[in-house]
Amino acid sequence: MEQTHYLIAGASHAALAALHAIRLVDADGSLTVIGRDRELPYSPTVLPHVVSGRSDPKCVFLRDHEYFARARVAYRCGHALVRIDPANRVADLDDGSRLRFEKLLLATGARAVIPPIPGLDAVPYHVLRTLEDALRLRAQLPQTRRAIVLGAGLIGMHAAENLSRGGARVTIIEQQEQVLPGYFDIDAARIIARAFERADVTIRTSARAVAIEAAAEGVALKLADGSTVSGDLLLIGAGVTPVIDFLADSRIQCDRGIVVDATMQTSAERIWAAGDVAQAASFYGARPVLNGILPNAVEQGRIAGMAMADDRALEGFRGAVPLNTYRYYGHHAVSVGSGAAPPGAEVVEYSDAESQRYLKIILDEGRLHGIFAINTPIDPGVMWQLVRRRLDLSAVRARFLAQPREMGRLLMSSLWR
Amino acid sequence: MPAYNTIVFHADRCDGCGKCMLACAQAKSASDSPQRARLEVLADDAGRFELAMCRQCADPECVPSCPAAALAKNAATGVIEWDHGKCIDCLLCTVGCSYAGIALDEAAGHVVKCDQCGGDPACVRACKPGALEYLTMARIYEEVGSLEDLFVQGLAGCQGCNTELVMRHTLRRVGPDTVVAAPPGCVPGMGAVGYNGLTGTKVPVFHPLLTNTAPMLAGLKRFYKRKGRQVTALALAGDGGAADVGFQSLSGAAERGEEILFLVIDNEGYMNTGMQRSSCTPYGAWTSTTPVGRESHGKSQDAKNLPLIMVEHRCAYVATASTAFMADFYLKLDRALQASKTGFAYLHVYSPCTTGWRFPSKKNIEVARKAVESNFVLLWEYTPTAGLRLTRSVDDPAPLSEYLEVLGKYRHLTPEQVAHLQRHIAENVATIKRHAVAEAPVSPASTPPGISSVRALQGPAASQA
Repeated sequence: MEQTHYLIAGASHAALAALHAIRLVDADGSLTVIGRDRELPYSPTVLPHVVSGRSDPKCVFLRDHEYFARARVAYRCGHALVRIDPANRVADLDDGSRLRFEKLLLATGARAVIPPIPGLDAVPYHVLRTLEDALRLRAQLPQTRRAIVLGAGLIGMHAAENLSRGGARVTIIEQQEQVLPGYFDIDAARIIARAFERADVTIRTSARAVAIEAAAEGVALKLADGSTVSGDLLLIGAGVTPVIDFLADSRIQCDRGIVVDATMQTSAERIWAAGDVAQAASFYGARPVLNGILPNAVEQGRIAGMAMADDRALEGFRGAVPLNTYRYYGHHAVSVGSGAAPPGAEVVEYSDAESQRYLKIILDEGRLHGIFAINTPIDPGVMWQLVRRRLDLSAVRARFLAQPREMGRLLMSSLWR
Repeated sequence: MPAYNTIVFHADRCDGCGKCMLACAQAKSASDSPQRARLEVLADDAGRFELAMCRQCADPECVPSCPAAALAKNAATGVIEWDHGKCIDCLLCTVGCSYAGIALDEAAGHVVKCDQCGGDPACVRACKPGALEYLTMARIYEEVGSLEDLFVQGLAGCQGCNTELVMRHTLRRVGPDTVVAAPPGCVPGMGAVGYNGLTGTKVPVFHPLLTNTAPMLAGLKRFYKRKGRQVTALALAGDGGAADVGFQSLSGAAERGEEILFLVIDNEGYMNTGMQRSSCTPYGAWTSTTPVGRESHGKSQDAKNLPLIMVEHRCAYVATASTAFMADFYLKLDRALQASKTGFAYLHVYSPCTTGWRFPSKKNIEVARKAVESNFVLLWEYTPTAGLRLTRSVDDPAPLSEYLEVLGKYRHLTPEQVAHLQRHIAENVATIKRHAVAEAPVSPASTPPGISSVRALQGPAASQA
């Protein structure tokens, strides 16, 4: 049986961060990366820009073959794990081959959720999770006149903007009462939604699809309130779910994702998980959470890689902090931390509908709990550090609230020296 | 992993004038608005300054945070480069950076970051107080590191030996067309001249007597010259061999203008043979022949200023150097090498000795730096045409105690002895200042060929932050 010291299942941000961390301390240990796609590694985050035509699909790859050769990594693309045997440390691949590993990282990511709407399986629809999905959707753009986007998450919102810029009439259907739920609070979401409405995108929040059927034009979507929305293109942006089906008989503990400890180790010895597939500690609560965002994947991947290579500099995961950046119609929005203000927290909010500026800062016992900004420049990386270090801002509170960007920069610059 | 040039911020020199930001905005964004700069100087409530700018991290966080492969660290320059064509304006790189080194420029509509202006940063040029400094040291190490080490591996120097550092760096730079004279001392003592019929160098080397190093080398040089061969004649001597018993022949060779490069590694005594005092040993220092006890309290005479004596020979080139200031050392080595083609070149390197001076082996460079910073030794150079010139300011020195307290050989000093040393240092400074002509910056044209872009670290900007 083929042997490899390190086996990494997955080839996106978490996997590549782990690979890098391993190679920093172990230049020689044999290392195999299994990539699901036939292409070189790429990020799902870039896909909306492949659809819009901004990114050349030939130039989105995060690594080239030379990188893998130089790092002495066997990159096996176009394959997936179908089964693992933790006791014997054997992985089965979808081509029937078997690999024995010493240490395994599961960075298999997530796939698009297909909601159980009656009739959906009988009509054509798009998702946006792979490069193939993006190219298929892109090919469809020129002939699209009326598009339906199911779900107002980041994928749905990006796609809606692309479609409307391409000249299509777009309707966004969102179950919850705001766009980008989980990323921005309702006030910020309203400002963002307004920019879409100005571009003639119809947003229907608190709307639930109950049935889908084929129509002359393409598809017709029936909503719970009895109305119907029809279009010639349907994009499902209803979120993602971890890829864990290959773990069915492995006895590795799974909840919504693979449950991991502070070093990203799963319930099995010598097996780690990181990125969108991992369910790790939350920064804010006791319950482990999925945190399917790129910076989280990079951080967890690095921690897992360090743990796998026995890097003594390893510090455990401090807990997932929700973070995101979002650009739409030339505007920019940033969210760092939790928007749920704990009792007694200080919440400061500035909002100006005219200039579409928004800033909300939540301080809990003098420490930054969350900060949310639209068209207001702050440095999200600096804010993330202030949150995770639980830095006491009491002494500089007034200046921080007045000038969060300047104060944040000042603090992080002084902490560095 | 290679080393890279870097922009250093000396907060204590910053006066918050903001000219760096203006220069950056003008250079990179054709704007007079400091908001468009890629660096930001910030003042805290106590009036201290901090700098937010890209630190060109060795293992950057912004690069793996980019979903579009638009950021990459340039392996040759160390600069993290941003590719506008690949960027998708997602701002995720700004989540990766903890120091606001990459941030959205709202007017430009995309992220911007420092690219060190391709090696000539506009901010550094605009900073009059010298708070921003572009350190090119790393590139110098890189260049010299790529040259062949002409000593063999496994020389038996003491742990942390500064002499080994000096000789290896020197011979790399001087190159293979060289004949080396290594009179008795630590250089041959650690095996440079070899054992059992094998040499410790990859170039011809010989072992003259302490008394005849300079004339033997001069004779060889004359022989090669007559044969029509361009050869560098290099002496790697200790202070004892040069300043004491070898002085007569050294003085003679300098007076005759022999075309040799005489490099003295001054560790302030005969360290190889058991740490006896030499005429370069400073006042008060413990050595095995100036012990500390009831009667004796270390050396009772001041050190001889050998390099200054060499100046009085009107040599083609004379300079002092220290391994704590390598850019300066390399510049002087290049000049000495050039001068030795037509006359006598003398280079005096102050070189702490962990064994003989009694300090931890890991502190050698720190000790060398403190010796310079406290004016215990002075860095200068001399040519007959330009005269003597300080290459590092002697104004505003660090307290002498910071230097003395690191060294075991001064542990016994009484306040009177420290006062004596202080008077001697003041005398030295006054003497050198008398010799020194007005300090003028080194014009680029005077930089010798070879390491063409080396800039001496001069004046107040000379610290190696």
